[in-house]
Amino acid sequence: MSDITLKINGTEVTVEAGTMVLDAARKAGAEIPTLCNLEGLEPFGACRLCVVEIVRGGRSRIVASCLYPVENGIDVLTESEKVVRYRRTILELLKARWPLIDKKLLEKYGVPADRMVPRDNFCIMCGICVRHCSERRKENVLGFVGRGIERQVVSYTVRAKKVCPECFDKELSCLRFCPTGVIVNDCATVCPASRDEEAFAKPVRVRDDDNAAAVKKSLGDA
Amino acid sequence: MSEIIKLSSPSDFESLREKIIKGRDPNRTAVAVCSGPGCLAYASGKVFKRFEEALSAAGLEGEVTLAQTGCHGFCERGPSVVILPDEICYLRVSPEDVNEIVETTLKNGAVVERLLYKGEDGLPIQKESDIPFYKYQQKVVFGDNKRIDPRSIEDYIARGGYTALVKAITTMTPEAVIAEVKDSGLRGRGGGGFPAGAKWEATAKPPADTRYVIVNADEGDPGAYMDRGILEGNPHSVIEGLMIGGYAIGANEGYIYVRQEYPLAIDNVLYALDVLRELGLLGENILGTGFSFDIIVHKGAGAFVSGESSALMSAIEGRVGEPRPKYIRTSISGLRGKPSCLNNVETWANVPLIINKGANWFKSIGTEGSKGTKIFSLVGNVKNTGLVEVPMGMTLRQIIFDIGGGIRDDKEFKAVQTGGPSGGVIPEEMLDLHVDYDELYSAGSMMGSGGMIVMDKDTCMVNVAKYFLEFLSDESCGKCVPCRDGIDQLLEVLRRMTAGTARPDDLDLIEDISVMMKECALCGLGQSAPNPVLSSIKYFKDEYVAHINDKSCPGGVCKALIAYTIDVEKCIGCGKCMKVCPVNAISGDKKKPHKVNNALCVKCDSCYQECPSKVQAVTKIRQADVITAFATSEEAANE
Ligand SMILES: Cc1cc2nc3c(=O)[nH]c(=O)nc-3n(C[C@H](O)[C@H](O)[C@H](O)COP(=O)(O)O)c2cc1C
Ligand code: SF4
Ligand code: SF4
Ligand code: SF4
Ligand code: SF4
Ligand code: SF4
Ligand code: FES
Ligand code: FES
Repeated sequence: MSDITLKINGTEVTVEAGTMVLDAARKAGAEIPTLCNLEGLEPFGACRLCVVEIVRGGRSRIVASCLYPVENGIDVLTESEKVVRYRRTILELLKARWPLIDKKLLEKYGVPADRMVPRDNFCIMCGICVRHCSERRKENVLGFVGRGIERQVVSYTVRAKKVCPECFDKELSCLRFCPTGVIVNDCATVCPASRDEEAFAKPVRVRDDDNAAAVKKSLGDA
Repeated sequence: MSEIIKLSSPSDFESLREKIIKGRDPNRTAVAVCSGPGCLAYASGKVFKRFEEALSAAGLEGEVTLAQTGCHGFCERGPSVVILPDEICYLRVSPEDVNEIVETTLKNGAVVERLLYKGEDGLPIQKESDIPFYKYQQKVVFGDNKRIDPRSIEDYIARGGYTALVKAITTMTPEAVIAEVKDSGLRGRGGGGFPAGAKWEATAKPPADTRYVIVNADEGDPGAYMDRGILEGNPHSVIEGLMIGGYAIGANEGYIYVRQEYPLAIDNVLYALDVLRELGLLGENILGTGFSFDIIVHKGAGAFVSGESSALMSAIEGRVGEPRPKYIRTSISGLRGKPSCLNNVETWANVPLIINKGANWFKSIGTEGSKGTKIFSLVGNVKNTGLVEVPMGMTLRQIIFDIGGGIRDDKEFKAVQTGGPSGGVIPEEMLDLHVDYDELYSAGSMMGSGGMIVMDKDTCMVNVAKYFLEFLSDESCGKCVPCRDGIDQLLEVLRRMTAGTARPDDLDLIEDISVMMKECALCGLGQSAPNPVLSSIKYFKDEYVAHINDKSCPGGVCKALIAYTIDVEKCIGCGKCMKVCPVNAISGDKKKPHKVNNALCVKCDSCYQECPSKVQAVTKIRQADVITAFATSEEAANE
């Protein structure tokens, strides 16, 4: 493959064609926060935390760096005024769903407190669990249902009973990759065959007080 | 078709065409009964049945052609029946009127005056094209509906149908076809207004063994039905355009993605495709020219987001109709990873006209940057609602007042929303804006697919923005944070405003979320979702400020912020309001000023609507002022 030369925050770098801007930028030492991106999984483009500004010939554009392949001659700005502003609002939206989000990140981007209505569903719909299960485990126990704000991750109990225990034994479970930890409580009680559930699909994101406490505990409190 | 003879050469087609035209008497009487969605809702199906019966009873079946056609346009006054060749236009025709029409018009050549349109001067207008609603239109794409039975390919061929296809595949190279479309300046009618020719060229360019051409008939905008009108009424025009596109781009397969909520459109298209295959106008080696092409109809689940190009292609592939996150043009890697050209129904329907009449003809209509005509679905608080086709460059004022007849109940105009849920509102000061992609865009709205919602002074702009966001919140696929959670939080802000609990910095919050969504959302739905909010803040900021600071709703719509009272000076004591009030909150003696008991009132608005328009004694005030208002009106009434 041929090489591509581009600038990351003013510094010229050369990477292999097909590399995503995110990886090129990280290689060059830039810090870009991500949530839905995980090495080895197909990029998903859902959290948009990884947005960067791309300048070419005086024109600029905001793109999700985890999905944007490098191009010759582009200038990538990972912390431009716009990027910082947008990332701040995205973090603010995420915080409304996931109050335990990394405080350092909130501080770094100056995320205002209390402007959004809390949504406390904890799951941020990053889809890592779903993709891990289908792409790496090839099991398709998890899936999305619903549209818009109603969207949620569900586990298909019948299948879960069969295959999840195997996962837990070998430490291949999706639980280990969920960035919010919300799946921990639910999967432990719902999907891994421990209960005799009639229902076909169970929401993974349902949150009650027990859940919240468990999540806090699993994260070593925040 | 009586007998199907397979056409195997261009001259076969020419002889068929001549035969059809020769066999037709241009002066033959034809009755076109509209069976578009609007008229069907007004029982035009029954009207058609009655015509069948009445014609046979009168022994006229042989002399008069009867057809169920697509939408004529003036849906407000449906069912619409047009008698050709004189174009006598009967409106609001009920099944009971049919015998009289047959007797008076078809048998005796006179008109049934009471079914004609009455002009401003009260005089009846006989000819369809003389009615103001039609007079200012320029029907290029949509005009043949009343002359074509969608189930009759002969009707289409008699009107010049498929001559453009034959011309293209027998006398033009694919490059020449693309050049003609490029030169015409045709831009996409489905949303973004992307130049069609450039898209065709980009799809034809990359080396590939397979390419696809696709019709977007998802038509997700609430209240819009232009594409439905074309597909139901004139399916061949879209098919012919698609075939020409297939030839130009080098595709042998085309798809028509139609929402399943359009069963008649689907049926008419499928029927048309069957006939074409039997005729040999679709399939292998069409007319012996070596060009092979076939079309598959895909029924979509009718989600708004499925109209987005990558989502639509995913849906055709049998996957969930959600937008793809990748930054790759569908002209390079679209359906099944192959170069694919997606255009809107109306875009495709323009193509045969351009090929037949030439780019120069097309360019002669419209403005510098927007050529040809555009069909709008004119709805809302306007007198004449329906589908209208106008040349680009016409002003919004002409459309709303000359064609639309102005505001219903002669109220004051407030704003017009163009571009559907992704568009924006345009205020009265800008009514002289021209219908033009770029002008609308710089005004903070867009052409979109042609939705046009007119709003009168009793409209609350905050509430309108809320309505569109609620629609989008139901339609967002929920994949990305900016759109899913952005819309959710924007809606919370608007709900606060309409409930009188807005916070002082809420406008800043709207701004922060909106600008982020415009640039960060994954697909066009999320990127354009803030438009209705942003454009109404741009032109009606004072209304937002009133909701936030003053807790008042200038449009008099937000229930939490308004209260009803009766102006004692104006009230004539007719008692109408008292009669309609569902909770007996109004009292008063005959011919004496009435009063509202705000403690009982449930704000149903009935009294406001019922009070004679010349009197207008029922007034809306701020909820916050209720105590005093009640006291004053009571005192006054007791005087
Ligand atoms: C959320 C969303 C919904 C859309 N819905 C439609 C639709 O219903 N019909 C349509 O023709 N285009 C729709 N579009 C635009 C299409 O993505 C695409 O641009 C268009 O079909 C291209 O055809 P055109 O260039 O002829 O307009 C939609 C776009 C978005 C982002
Ligand atoms: S634990 Fe179950 S749901 Fe999770 S990855 Fe394994 S099989 Fe899939
Ligand atoms: S459960 Fe966890 S991994 Fe799965 S989508 Fe939600 S946040 Fe992501
Ligand atoms: S912008 Fe909205 S509709 Fe588009 S991918 Fe994101 S959530 Fe789905
Ligand atoms: S708004 Fe409705 S409930 Fe209130 S006074 Fe008028 S009619 Fe009665
Ligand atoms: S309808 Fe109007 S004029 Fe008649 S009594 Fe009511 S307020 Fe008075
Ligand atoms: S990391 Fe790129 S969109 Fe989530
Ligand atoms: S549906 Fe009959 S005129 Fe439009």
